[in-house]
Amino acid sequence: MKAVDFDYAQPATLDAALELLAREDVMVRPVAGSQSLGPMLNLRLAQPELLVDITRIAELRTIRQEGDRLVIGACVTHARLEDGDYPDVTRGVLPSVAAVIAYRAVRNRGTIGGSLAHADPAADWVNVLTALGADVVIAGPGGRRSVPMTDFILGVFETALQPGEIVAEIQVPALSDRARWGYYKVCRKTGEFSHATGAVLVDPARGVQRCVAGATSGKPVVIDGPALFADGCTEAALAAHLDGSPAADDPIALRTHTVALKRAIAQVMS
Amino acid sequence: MGEVSTAGSGAGSGVGARVRRKEDDRLLRGRGRFVGDIALVGMKELAFVRSPVAHATITGIEIPEEHRGAVFTWADLAAGGVKPIRAVSGLPGFKVSEQPALADGKVRFVGEPVAVCVAATRAEAEDIAASVFVDYAELPVNSDMLEAVKPGAPKVHDHWPDNVFLETNVGGNIAEIAATAPVKVSRTIRTARQCMVPLEGKGVVAHWDRHVEQLVLTTSTQMPHIVRAGLSECLDLDQGLIRVVAPDVGGGFGWKGLLQPEEIVAAWIAMRLDRPVRWTEDRREHLVAAANAREHHYEITAYADARGRLLGIEADAWVDAGAYSVYPFSACLEAAQVGSILPGPYDFAHYRCRTFSVCTNKPPIVPYRGVARTGVCFAMEQMIDAVADAVGREPWQVRLENLVPPEKMPFDNVTKKHFDSGDYPESVRRAVAAIELDGWRARQKSGEADGRLIGVGFATYCEQSAHGTAVYHGWGIPMVPGHEQAQARITPDGGLELRVGVQSHGQSMETTFAQVAHEVLGIPLEKIKLVHGDTGLTPYSTGTWGSRSMVMAGGAVATACRTLAERLRRIGAHLMQAGPDGVVLDGGSVKAGAAAVTIREIAHTWYRAPQLLPADVDRGGLEVTAGYKPGSDHGTFSYATHAVALAVDPEIGQVEILDYVVVEDAGTMVNPMVVDGQIYGGVAQGVGTALYERMPYDAEGQPLASTFADYLIPGFTEVPHVRIIHMLTPSPYTEFGVKGIGEGGAIAPPAAICNAINDALKPLGVIVTNAPMTPEAILGAIAETRGAA
Repeated sequence: MKAVDFDYAQPATLDAALELLAREDVMVRPVAGSQSLGPMLNLRLAQPELLVDITRIAELRTIRQEGDRLVIGACVTHARLEDGDYPDVTRGVLPSVAAVIAYRAVRNRGTIGGSLAHADPAADWVNVLTALGADVVIAGPGGRRSVPMTDFILGVFETALQPGEIVAEIQVPALSDRARWGYYKVCRKTGEFSHATGAVLVDPARGVQRCVAGATSGKPVVIDGPALFADGCTEAALAAHLDGSPAADDPIALRTHTVALKRAIAQVMS
Repeated sequence: MGEVSTAGSGAGSGVGARVRRKEDDRLLRGRGRFVGDIALVGMKELAFVRSPVAHATITGIEIPEEHRGAVFTWADLAAGGVKPIRAVSGLPGFKVSEQPALADGKVRFVGEPVAVCVAATRAEAEDIAASVFVDYAELPVNSDMLEAVKPGAPKVHDHWPDNVFLETNVGGNIAEIAATAPVKVSRTIRTARQCMVPLEGKGVVAHWDRHVEQLVLTTSTQMPHIVRAGLSECLDLDQGLIRVVAPDVGGGFGWKGLLQPEEIVAAWIAMRLDRPVRWTEDRREHLVAAANAREHHYEITAYADARGRLLGIEADAWVDAGAYSVYPFSACLEAAQVGSILPGPYDFAHYRCRTFSVCTNKPPIVPYRGVARTGVCFAMEQMIDAVADAVGREPWQVRLENLVPPEKMPFDNVTKKHFDSGDYPESVRRAVAAIELDGWRARQKSGEADGRLIGVGFATYCEQSAHGTAVYHGWGIPMVPGHEQAQARITPDGGLELRVGVQSHGQSMETTFAQVAHEVLGIPLEKIKLVHGDTGLTPYSTGTWGSRSMVMAGGAVATACRTLAERLRRIGAHLMQAGPDGVVLDGGSVKAGAAAVTIREIAHTWYRAPQLLPADVDRGGLEVTAGYKPGSDHGTFSYATHAVALAVDPEIGQVEILDYVVVEDAGTMVNPMVVDGQIYGGVAQGVGTALYERMPYDAEGQPLASTFADYLIPGFTEVPHVRIIHMLTPSPYTEFGVKGIGEGGAIAPPAAICNAINDALKPLGVIVTNAPMTPEAILGAIAETRGAA
């Protein structure tokens, strides 16, 4: 399959990009690493008239520390996060998770912002950034706004992005020295989409005890607070927490999600 | 024939040498020339409008005014005299399907071509295809073969009484054994519908060559001469007016061993428009329209004595043959094979097998590497393990109890298969030793720290290959192979050109046929050129399929070279003024005592200085076309035992292969490195069949996977490191004692892996019998057993 005929723009500034994205006379879509949109174009599942390539916008490609937060530009690639040329305030979460996203060839092009905007429930950042309590900074015609991850991902391929808006940056809070985290995903093959993801962050100094069940049939399932850990994190307790959520569409799905979460928690406990 | 050469020592570059592949310099540098690399002046690209529904009557096709002249339907082709594909099996009772190259008023599977669009680029052709509106009146669908054979099922072909291409019955005389056997075990076993996914999809460039007044079809095929025959029938064009050329071909596996509707369409369009045209199969087209392999269902019972000695096998087998019969192998090859080869490498007396080739609303079944053997081995080897379980013995012991022993070779089995040679039990013993079974058994007892369950599985098969005339005639296939031809020509500078009608698309023939010729003539490999896969340049051949090329075309190359050797020897003797006796061809020269004359000098004499030739010189000169058949028409029987150790994670259903051993006997190996490569590739595909590959269909016949995100194939990290142990029992019937081995690697992995998974799950009392053994399937079986407990 070949993509439909489309125009292509590569603006140098965010303002120029937002201007193009605001056009109402054509079907317009932003594109960054093109690792999800590319196949969708070729399968003609996406048929835009204008693609706005945002990867040449310098401010979207920076990583900087602001106080106790790491601010990651939307067009930073998974590969860069894997390679770690930045102050990692997450005690290894970012490089470790980046390293298991698909394959290096995908990581070389795919971006953190693109992954969030696409909002595939199986995507690593969708679930890990939820567990980390990150905020998404959205840029649009009306200026900038910041949305916590739990309000950004609304469902399968559904986000809080409004027409004309793009992800500008992701703000990740620094973990304390004694924070522990765990991450486990069930994949049929190396680099394939996850069928069940468990992401766990325990950071007592900041009062965080958060479990995320991802790769569900909906948005990430967040179990926040000490209740789960008080239950001793038994398999039955985990299953009870997940019951009725998008992680429990059928008994086998519930079981797999429970095990993924259990194994992520075990990493924290070990 | 019957003689076994001393060749195969592995020294030098003849038969048995592990020499590097001549074709790799081109292929590994990306300098091959595939259909996609061809550019002809004025060439247009084709895109097909394909059916989005599995079964429907077409009530209208609307072509936008601006695209008239760029879109063609069956009405255009039929008006041009094009005929549907008819692949008729000679077996009695076969029902004939007619497959028009573009749908003729009715579609019978999702992906069936309905119209073709022509444009300067593929993208524009797809734009036109998207603008064509086809009105489908949907019909009830046969999406499952077991439902399709029930009374009242919707009919795929309206004029048929039912949906069965053919029913066969093999054997009989099982009732007494069934009533008296001490051990009886039954299983329901199924394999999934698969795609073959060669690296390069199908592709074709067609043009009319005005100079030679021929239609030239450059197509990604395994069998150019058969494609020419099929095109001739469908286009009503003399075969002399058609030339079919296979350029570099990026893997076939069977998907390129048939006449494609798209080839007919491309040929017709090229003639109609008097322009070169190209069609390239994209991955989505392949996954949807070419989900065409492997789907078997077995109800099978084994009867045995208390030691596990097989007394009989009884089976009903269904093969989902899809909507049409493919040219040339027909809709029945797969099921006909099931009936005749289900007994595998075992010696037992009583057998009954009934097979059904079922017509459904899915793509037509095509023989995939191993053909029916992968499914047959999956069924039979599960039964061996089931018998072992029933009698409380190790599965390998029950295999030894039943395999044909070497002292009985050659051996005619219960279906009259003539096993040529080998030591089947020894392959099991070596596999047991190599996998270090005792160590795994001890580890199973102590348990794993991570809670995973260890299992070890075995599977043994024998593979009939290089099928002869009688075999194919017996299966009713309307393409019966006879004497395979090869042409060998000494060039005026003393090199050698080989011309064969088979086609090399990964088999390394440019290297291995040169090794065969070198073995006979002593000409260095770099001076030997193979010309293959072109009806304009090579002798007729049924092509590359059935692990036949080295046995058949290799045998023909050796035969042609031997004739050349004798002619060279006689001319050489004359040039040395020696009598023909005692003159030998050795190391590329003809020698008489201390005197020698090189092949180069002899070639120069024949071509450039014929005044020096003897008066009685053979007028055929230094070009020979020779035909060859092995000494037995039954084909060769290579065999192997695969052993696998793996870990099953019972919490998430995932399987990790920990060790994999193949003990195989290819007879004499022309190039052991190439044999190893065939096994590695085959095992990779077998792992796919075992654990990953399945094209799911919903009740409406919709394929539910259309990209590699949904249709999983094993990758670098999923294919195990395979340890290969060779046994070398020459075939008594072939040149050098070679046997066909191209398919074997893909036959046993699903069976061995299934047996290992069941060995692992034994403490839970769980059995899986269907491929692929996905996490969902394993977890489902565990949950079902728990629920039943």
